[in-house]
Amino acid sequence: MSGQVKKGYARSLDIRHGRVDMSHGGGGRAMVQLITELFANHLGNEYLAQGNDGTCLPAGKGQLVVSTDSHVVSPLFFPGGDIGGLSVHGTVNDVSVMGATPLYLTAGFILEEGFPLADLARIVESMAQAANEAGVKLVAGDTKVVEQGKADGLFITTTGIGFLPDGIRLSGDQARPGDAVLVSGSMGDHGMAIMSKRENLSFDAPILSDTASLNGLTAAMLASGAAIRVMRDPTRGGLAATLNEIAQQSKAGIHLEEGNIPVKPEVDAACELLGLDPLNIANEGKLIAICAAGDADDLLAAMRTHPLGRQAAMIGKVVEDARCFVQMTTKFGGRRMVDWLSGEQLPRIC
Amino acid sequence: MKYIDEFRDGEVAKGLAAAIKAEIRADRRYNFMEFCGGHTHAISRYGVPDLLPPNVRMIHGPGCPVCVLPIGRIDLAIKLALEDGVILCTYADTLRIPASENLSLMRARARGGDIRMVYSVMDALRIARDNPGKEVVFFAIGFETTTPPTAVAIKQAHIEALKNFTVLCCHVLTPSAIMNILESPEVRELGTVPLDGFVGPAHVSTVIGSRPYEFFAEEYRKPVVIAGFEPLDVMQAILMLIRQVNEDRAEVENEFTRAVTPEGNDKAQNLVSEVFELRRSFEWRGLGEVPYSALKIRERFAGLDAEQRFNLKYQPVPDNKACECGAILRGVKKPTDCKLFGTVCTPETPMGSCMVSSEGACAAHYTYGRYKDFEETAA
Repeated sequence: MSGQVKKGYARSLDIRHGRVDMSHGGGGRAMVQLITELFANHLGNEYLAQGNDGTCLPAGKGQLVVSTDSHVVSPLFFPGGDIGGLSVHGTVNDVSVMGATPLYLTAGFILEEGFPLADLARIVESMAQAANEAGVKLVAGDTKVVEQGKADGLFITTTGIGFLPDGIRLSGDQARPGDAVLVSGSMGDHGMAIMSKRENLSFDAPILSDTASLNGLTAAMLASGAAIRVMRDPTRGGLAATLNEIAQQSKAGIHLEEGNIPVKPEVDAACELLGLDPLNIANEGKLIAICAAGDADDLLAAMRTHPLGRQAAMIGKVVEDARCFVQMTTKFGGRRMVDWLSGEQLPRIC
Repeated sequence: MKYIDEFRDGEVAKGLAAAIKAEIRADRRYNFMEFCGGHTHAISRYGVPDLLPPNVRMIHGPGCPVCVLPIGRIDLAIKLALEDGVILCTYADTLRIPASENLSLMRARARGGDIRMVYSVMDALRIARDNPGKEVVFFAIGFETTTPPTAVAIKQAHIEALKNFTVLCCHVLTPSAIMNILESPEVRELGTVPLDGFVGPAHVSTVIGSRPYEFFAEEYRKPVVIAGFEPLDVMQAILMLIRQVNEDRAEVENEFTRAVTPEGNDKAQNLVSEVFELRRSFEWRGLGEVPYSALKIRERFAGLDAEQRFNLKYQPVPDNKACECGAILRGVKKPTDCKLFGTVCTPETPMGSCMVSSEGACAAHYTYGRYKDFEETAA
């Protein structure tokens, strides 16, 4: 993102009525103008202002943690959020659940010819707000434009960089039999917000996406001093997929109590209507934590003091199981497995 | 939500489990077939067998529309999408059914076929209206529950004189399948499938009523209890079946009175008979050719029949030799009796149709119950 537009050389972008055209990705003045007036205007900071092919960043203390995520959600604007905020939250969360403090983000945009600049501006503003709230800076970016029909509006890829303080080691292979399994709140909100919009389902209370940055919550959890083994955000595939990943990495089983898993009634109702299981549905502002059983109550209390952890609950425990099965005692009183989702039920959810 | 709160209540379930325990005789076994995939799914998802005594066994029946579709029918749909270039619309699970040449509709889509998942046949009609330059085919599958909506769509397309819309009709009939099972040598002569009664269909019965089952109860001396798809419905139906067996009765009873009447839904039945007529024979996966077991579009609506418009010729294709879906659909074998189960055949790579739909016996056992197989081995 470099270059300067000579004042008076071009009229400013018509953000209200304009549309992305091929010249906005062509490397010429139009591209520089889009970057300057739209991206840099909202997302600019001292690092982005360096204006070179790469950005020099001060190193933080501890190990570097990097995560990357592409966002292709449809629709771009959904109840409770949009692709801009989501593209920040998703990557901030991936860095945060490692126990690291996220500091920097990079963003790659693939724009479709004809995309309204007004929508692009809303999305960039939403990214800026999410980045401010999370305390991260956008330090590098890229913009490409493809012909109409070759992308669905826009796709955003973000990469997050954070630093992991010495002494913290969270990993999916650290769960031990006896450990407690906690979630930070209700399951399935994001996925069902998208689906209800896509399927035109209307409920008395609309389902809102839970999309949010979790770095504040993870910081509070780490500060509690509890012996946390694993943190992970259950995005695509939902709680079921994430717990199965952890079970396999840790070579242990997990037992859940269905009655303790928070699910909002409207999410339950929408799932029922569409034949889906809330445990398979994506979240974008929730995390799973596994900790030593003796620390579970303290950790739960710490989570509940944070606005994003008010509904936190202990939902089960890690058990010995060479097969690494995730099982659940149902509210009905029977037992069943909680398996990976098979096939692709919900495409383009994030 | 009412259904979740009232029909899935763990406390009520405990009460019913106690009543079942008090009712059974220790000296005999009770083998009941739940006909519908909806029941199979509910039984597995809520862990109903954990609340039943060991001498009460549930046998999964063939009532899963995706499971009973033979390969040859999927091949026709794939041909329409890939060779005739139509927009093919169908219900979600149908996309994953394995077909010939290692294809499925999902894989045909990746090869460029315009195959779309719809929640309702009305979406397919809309797609036809929105794409006047393309042929749009609705691949219609299912039992009596999904047939009336297809009839509505055909009538609507007829009224609108929609020229680019047709239906590939694969609707099948429940009573013929039950009859086929009761007439099968395994049940009649060999006794390999001990069958003491049926948990009767839920949604199907809302359309056809409870009366069609009376013949089975009388003629074959098998009790039938029509039950809803909630786990408490199933428990209550099992209790009612056990009572019938103990009292040596063979009657049709209706647990699902909140939705099912003896006559069923007249309006839906009339609509269906206006648009469809019986096929002389139809191939089912597992059951083979079953006479008068499926519907085809009446001559009056022939212009909306994809088989006629595209001159489709049905070609039967045998299942994979090692696949036991056929025996599983007839209740002769359990999913774990199949060598492919959980090895090469999983929900991600289904070889047989029972592993495709969440209502299929194999998929339900794999997804919800396979931990038990290892516990049994360990014990």
